[in-house]
Amino acid sequence: MNYPIEEFFQFLKGDPLIIGATFSILLGGLAVVLGLTYFKKWRWLYDNWLTTVDHKKIGIMYILFALVMLFRGGIDALMMRAQTAIPENGFISAQHYNEVFTTHGLIMILFMAMPFVVGLINIVVPLQIGARDVAFPYLNAVSFWLMVAGGILLNISFIIGGSPDSGWTSYFPLAAETETVGSVYYMMSLFISGIGTTITGVNFIVTILKMRAPGMTLMKMPMFTWSILITMIIVLFAFPPLTIAIMMGSFDLLFGSNFFTTQNGGMDMLWANLFWIWGHPEVYIVILPAFGIFSEVITAFSKKNLFGYKSMVASMVAISILSFTVWVHHFYTMGQGALSNSFFSITTMLIAVPTGVKIFNWLATLYKGKIEFTTPMLYTLGFIPIFTLGGVTGVMLAMASADYQYHNTMFLVAHFHYVLIPGTVFAVLAGFYYWWPMLFGFKLNEKLGKIAFWIIAVSFNVTFFPMFILGLDGMTRRMSTYSEATGFGPLNMLSFIGALGIAVGFAILVYGIYWSVRYEPRGIKADPWDARGLEWSTSMPVPAYNFARVPQVSTLESFWNYKQGKEELFKGKIEEIHMPSNSGVPLVMGIAFTLWGFCVVFSWWIPAIIFAIPIFWTLFHRSFNYDKGYHIHVKEIEETERKLNHLRGEKI
Amino acid sequence: MKIDNSLPLEYSTEENRLKIFGFWVFLGAEIMIFATLFTVYAILEKRVGAGPIGADIFSLPGILAETFILLASSFTIGITVHAFRIGMTKAGINMLILTLVLGLAFVGIEVYEFFHYAHMGATFSASAFASSLLLTLGTHGAHVTFGLFWGIAILIQLKKQGLNAQTANKTFIFSLYWHFLDVVWIFIFSFVYLKGLM
Repeated sequence: MNYPIEEFFQFLKGDPLIIGATFSILLGGLAVVLGLTYFKKWRWLYDNWLTTVDHKKIGIMYILFALVMLFRGGIDALMMRAQTAIPENGFISAQHYNEVFTTHGLIMILFMAMPFVVGLINIVVPLQIGARDVAFPYLNAVSFWLMVAGGILLNISFIIGGSPDSGWTSYFPLAAETETVGSVYYMMSLFISGIGTTITGVNFIVTILKMRAPGMTLMKMPMFTWSILITMIIVLFAFPPLTIAIMMGSFDLLFGSNFFTTQNGGMDMLWANLFWIWGHPEVYIVILPAFGIFSEVITAFSKKNLFGYKSMVASMVAISILSFTVWVHHFYTMGQGALSNSFFSITTMLIAVPTGVKIFNWLATLYKGKIEFTTPMLYTLGFIPIFTLGGVTGVMLAMASADYQYHNTMFLVAHFHYVLIPGTVFAVLAGFYYWWPMLFGFKLNEKLGKIAFWIIAVSFNVTFFPMFILGLDGMTRRMSTYSEATGFGPLNMLSFIGALGIAVGFAILVYGIYWSVRYEPRGIKADPWDARGLEWSTSMPVPAYNFARVPQVSTLESFWNYKQGKEELFKGKIEEIHMPSNSGVPLVMGIAFTLWGFCVVFSWWIPAIIFAIPIFWTLFHRSFNYDKGYHIHVKEIEETERKLNHLRGEKI
Repeated sequence: MKIDNSLPLEYSTEENRLKIFGFWVFLGAEIMIFATLFTVYAILEKRVGAGPIGADIFSLPGILAETFILLASSFTIGITVHAFRIGMTKAGINMLILTLVLGLAFVGIEVYEFFHYAHMGATFSASAFASSLLLTLGTHGAHVTFGLFWGIAILIQLKKQGLNAQTANKTFIFSLYWHFLDVVWIFIFSFVYLKGLM
């Protein structure tokens, strides 16, 4: 295809922000390459990280990727708040604003929340169930690299070819009207990362169902693992419809098929339906793991076992089923008629019931507990009231007839930030602080962590609470600007100030990580929080093989009882451990998918076919590969264990 | 590697059992893929725009041939798995080859059919009906085509290594995949072709 050069290199259009972004990406990339070369770290990076199949390292890479994306998405957010801070602002153009809110949504949901959650899942779940790794370590690496491939495609769209600009929902027929290749980038990015996520779903379902420690029946699983099992079942059933919708959308954009067009029988509403059949369960895919994390943190820091374990499980199962029955509430105003709207109104309100059960269970767990106000606990305690506010406004939005008043207003924007930020972001940060010592053998600095928490929590409310009022006053979302006569100015300015506060909070959080890595005292005992999950029963930092001896579980609180001397967790002798070999093939697959997706975006078919060859090669390579992994010998295990930190009074 | 001799070869190691269970879970995702495609097809079936309708373009002989060929291939792959379980390696391999030949015939007829549809005006861009018909058939056909390459890869490994826990496991998982595609085809036959011809 003949593609004009200034469409290809977007910075040639002369927008200073795009030029800035281009050069910052180039300089950042150059700095990384030069740094690795100067410190001769390529080999180390390749052997220890890029080719790893260790679930803990893959988890860490997921989280690093999520943090980078958090800052990319955060800059998008700051730009939006800056643009709307004053009426009739000319900071960024309307087109650019469209691109920014689109990528903000996509990146925050798919390339920040998802990888952060999946990263924690990777790190914690195998340890919590007493397994040596996930069921399919190789596929786990494939999932990760496909996620990265999707993320790279979405991020380069901004500087090469043009970013998607029709909202993270990418509704047709609007998405087909995009002048650049942005909408195709959207499709390819979600397609590739979606395959990765589906594989993650399969992997963890099998891991949790088949690889639990002896004695750990389903109802003796820790709550976080339960939440992940249910989440992964949602993933397995929600992502395939998205994959198909994306195939249909791509064919419309690239080959002129008529799925979502407005002619020859095409049906644009079909996209909205298919998108939200994935999109609504997706909300629960990022929120249920958060509920699991909070359950772990609350029990650890109130020194009580979880109140209402069975009702917690039942409520999550109920949420997972209901999550597939509410998708139409995202478009009540698009003309389904009263009957459909009433049905979906009721199912949506029903979701508040199991969620309420969970909130009360947490409160009951806290009741009369010995509460310690650590950083993860602060995030958890902050979550409960803020999330409840988000939940209650959610019930308001669920009422179809009332929804006509605030559909697509800032009220909605305030609502979903009120559930997703305290829900998912607070949860992953709580999990990050909580599980950090397990992997690295030292805590993150509590003082800096708490300062960051308070600044983030307060600024969050300053940013988003005014949006409730703005929305009820009639300010619609996704508008790049507004006139002074509307009176939206002051509250938007307040919101911008809040956004700056969040930025400061995250800067302190990152500084806290940096400070802790350099100065925080090492050599603390294992299980520093005196927690209850099985993941704390092994030595610290967790060795590659996780457990020298596989734990034998007999109750829900086996590890706690073990610490009280009431149960024995580790029986028998240390035996040789079988480990999977590292592999560079998933990385090759990620690179091939990135290049293939890039060529498809520009309809360069011959290069696309050429890059599809390595994708198929990796599949066949896997089929023909009989690598049996390697064994760690008993002597080696004993030596490693001697160097690690153990539980108080424990000897190996 | 611990081998449990009380189980069939494909189930005999822990890794094998995980792989088989994992594939069943993966088939859950595949069911969702085709469920979505069938839903889309049911919604768009009558939205033909200026293009042809189903009854105009479907021709029964080709469809019946495809159906019998695919059903027969499902039978032959079943025999392969059975033959491997009772130790008749050679017969099993031959039945696998026959399965792949039948699969190839199926794909051949389907390609011919696609040309036929295009000739009758049901191109990919003709109407919502034509787009969803070709997408549904195409996704199934692409699965079968992928299965052909996969089957050949397994065949090469069987020739090289003979029958062992790993090759038996691969063949068994391949047979699950192949049966699944057959089930999907029964749905296509009933809800796309027969319904369209009625």
